[in-house]
Amino acid sequence: MTALVEVTGARVRFGEVVALDGVSLTVAAGECLGLVGHNGAGKSTLVNVLNGGLAPTEGAVRASGHDGDWSIAAARAIGLRSVFQELSLCPNLTVAENARLMHRSLSGRGWRRRAGDVARAALDMVFPGHRIEPRMQVGSLSIAERQMVEIAMAFADAGIAPRLVILDEPTSSLDAGLAEQLLAHVRRFVAGGGAVILITHILGEILSTATRIVVMKDGRIAAERPAQAFTHATLVDAMGSPAGDQDRSRRTAQTGAAVLSLPAGARGGGDFTVRKGEVVGLAGLAGHGQTRMLHALHDLKTPQWWPARDPQVAFVAGDRRVNGTFDVWSILRNISIGTLSDLSRRGWIDRRAEAARGREWQSRIAIRTPDLNLPILSLSGGNQQKALFARALSSRAPVVLMDDPMRGVDVGTKQEVYAMIRAEAKVGRTFVWYSTEMDEITLCDRVYVFRDGVIVAELEGDAITEANVLSASFAGAA
Amino acid sequence: MRLSSDALRLILPVLALAVLLGTVFWLRPNTMGYTGLHLLFKLALPIALATLSQMVILAVNDIDLSTGPFVSFVTCVTATFLVDTPALGVLILLAAIAAYAALGMIIAWRQLPAIVVTLGMSFVWSGLAVLMLPSPGGTAPAWIAALTGWRPPLVPFGVLSTVVVMVLAHLLIMRSTLGVLIRGIGGNERSVARAGWSVLRARGIAYAIAGAFGVLSGMSLTGIMTSGDANMAVNYTLLSIAGAILGGCEFMGGKVSPIGAVFGAATLLLATSVFTFLRVPPDWQIGAQGMILIAVLALRIALGRGEASR
Repeated sequence: MTALVEVTGARVRFGEVVALDGVSLTVAAGECLGLVGHNGAGKSTLVNVLNGGLAPTEGAVRASGHDGDWSIAAARAIGLRSVFQELSLCPNLTVAENARLMHRSLSGRGWRRRAGDVARAALDMVFPGHRIEPRMQVGSLSIAERQMVEIAMAFADAGIAPRLVILDEPTSSLDAGLAEQLLAHVRRFVAGGGAVILITHILGEILSTATRIVVMKDGRIAAERPAQAFTHATLVDAMGSPAGDQDRSRRTAQTGAAVLSLPAGARGGGDFTVRKGEVVGLAGLAGHGQTRMLHALHDLKTPQWWPARDPQVAFVAGDRRVNGTFDVWSILRNISIGTLSDLSRRGWIDRRAEAARGREWQSRIAIRTPDLNLPILSLSGGNQQKALFARALSSRAPVVLMDDPMRGVDVGTKQEVYAMIRAEAKVGRTFVWYSTEMDEITLCDRVYVFRDGVIVAELEGDAITEANVLSASFAGAA
Repeated sequence: MRLSSDALRLILPVLALAVLLGTVFWLRPNTMGYTGLHLLFKLALPIALATLSQMVILAVNDIDLSTGPFVSFVTCVTATFLVDTPALGVLILLAAIAAYAALGMIIAWRQLPAIVVTLGMSFVWSGLAVLMLPSPGGTAPAWIAALTGWRPPLVPFGVLSTVVVMVLAHLLIMRSTLGVLIRGIGGNERSVARAGWSVLRARGIAYAIAGAFGVLSGMSLTGIMTSGDANMAVNYTLLSIAGAILGGCEFMGGKVSPIGAVFGAATLLLATSVFTFLRVPPDWQIGAQGMILIAVLALRIALGRGEASR
């Protein structure tokens, strides 16, 4: 077998986080490499290193038929194509126009017709029986059809033949029939000498299609074997941590009244309920509907028109810059904004009460700053996150929704916040906690596991183990 | 057959223009002729060109608040330098287009908000125009005056030239690779970059095209008015945005339509005449134009909802 692309000793750091910790991987022609691992295992980072979008801090990428620096352009030139999870077509253009942008060789007179022919041929090849016309606008297609166009475009031959195609969750919006068509094409493509890297949370697809499986964990390759050597169970085992679960002080019998519930929607799945004083975890792979559920719970209990006198829910944002901090405000203002109605009399803010409230929470949650009047951005990420916790916890809201709030937070801060959550839960506050970290999920009293936008499992007490969460997050059968 | 959203986008401005034209013909039947149409659409060409300039900027998800001052600046150059020292005049106009290209690239490179940069530039263009022509004056170059004064058989110049410009703009923006690239940036800038295109260059080219449309607008306006004025086209900024939006373009997403934009501009132009014929006082006319804009946009949203619920 000839190596197409070879990564040696790749190491990537984002600030404090080590995303890739010395990964070496060779992809050869004629193989389908299945890549699996839980959130933050480093799959996406590895893909970005391979396709030239990200230069590793240490280590090198070598490709057959290429010398010099590795870049997006170099990767495309040797026939490396990537299909990303999020849509990367232009919705305002037609299928043919998108093909023109993707394949620069389709230039000159009559490109519109040729681009249309290339797109149609590729779609016919991968998804026979599709009903997509090259002159259709991508925005008018369904999500599944858009994904079909994107996948087909990666396998299209317009000047430079595809040699290695990276598919990141390619079947996430395809139904079973279309997914089978795609996997059949992947097998044909591999048999014809092409190479594919397949990333999917559906283990059945990996086991049926891949020739070799690489399991990643904590930025490293945890296992690498031919696909026949794995079964569903051994694959889940390989993804989990070898150490057993620590014993946690969890309350077992839950008898409190339900404070929030959401019946399963049109998409199916299980119902959601949370009782008073409970810490409920939302688990599963990132982006499988947990944040959407938190927003739905928030909308359920928050008036749309005018803020309620007595707030029912408080929200702790995970993506701070998007829906958390007010970047130009002081730390104090960032904390007090959630409780202004408590701190004001007849519509006027009581500055002294506001400052007192700020000082109280600074000491309770240990926000490390000399002065609360400094801008919020003067704090480290972890302390910014503490300020957001203070905003939520200082409100009178009985339910706190947390949207993976520990991203980029150091270990010490995490332990402090965990203790605070436990203490607050003990006095009757309820927490709904979406987390992508297994350690945090195992801290919860009860856990809902999400897959494809719906609840697929409910775990309670001692059943909350990494193995159980993993096997529910990764569907067994296709 | 189900109408595509593009067709729907085009029907509204065409319908709006037809309704207004019908109203004019009903109010003043004597406008139904060569001279009548000539007078109604006398200013159509510069307004259409300014609207197309704005539309190209909208296509890359930006907005140009300097269209009006820029067109006024061009009238001043055209009425002075282009008459006295044509070579220098041409050079200044080319430099103005280059300045637009540079702006586009700076906006892309430094990730600046176009709305702020172009607002600042609007004062620069106004200042330069006043320096050149402190009070209205100058003369249009003979060849431009001859062109805009040309009376072609059957169809008045204002209508004919606008239709020609509309077709050319449609070919450039909707049919050429360059047009696809520009609209692609509006649609999904990241994936365009991922496919290996230089977004910086493409944005620069888009701004240069917008500058070129602006220059043509100012030159044709000078020809029609036979003089230059630093304040001649100040209302073109809002007129061009309103015309483009009326014509089915959107602020985000690279959804633009040159045909729609030209129809939108013509609709707003005709609205002024309708209000004059209806004896609406000039003070109220801008408000009335706004009402037309709101009515058409409301209709578009209503139709869009209907489509979405299908």
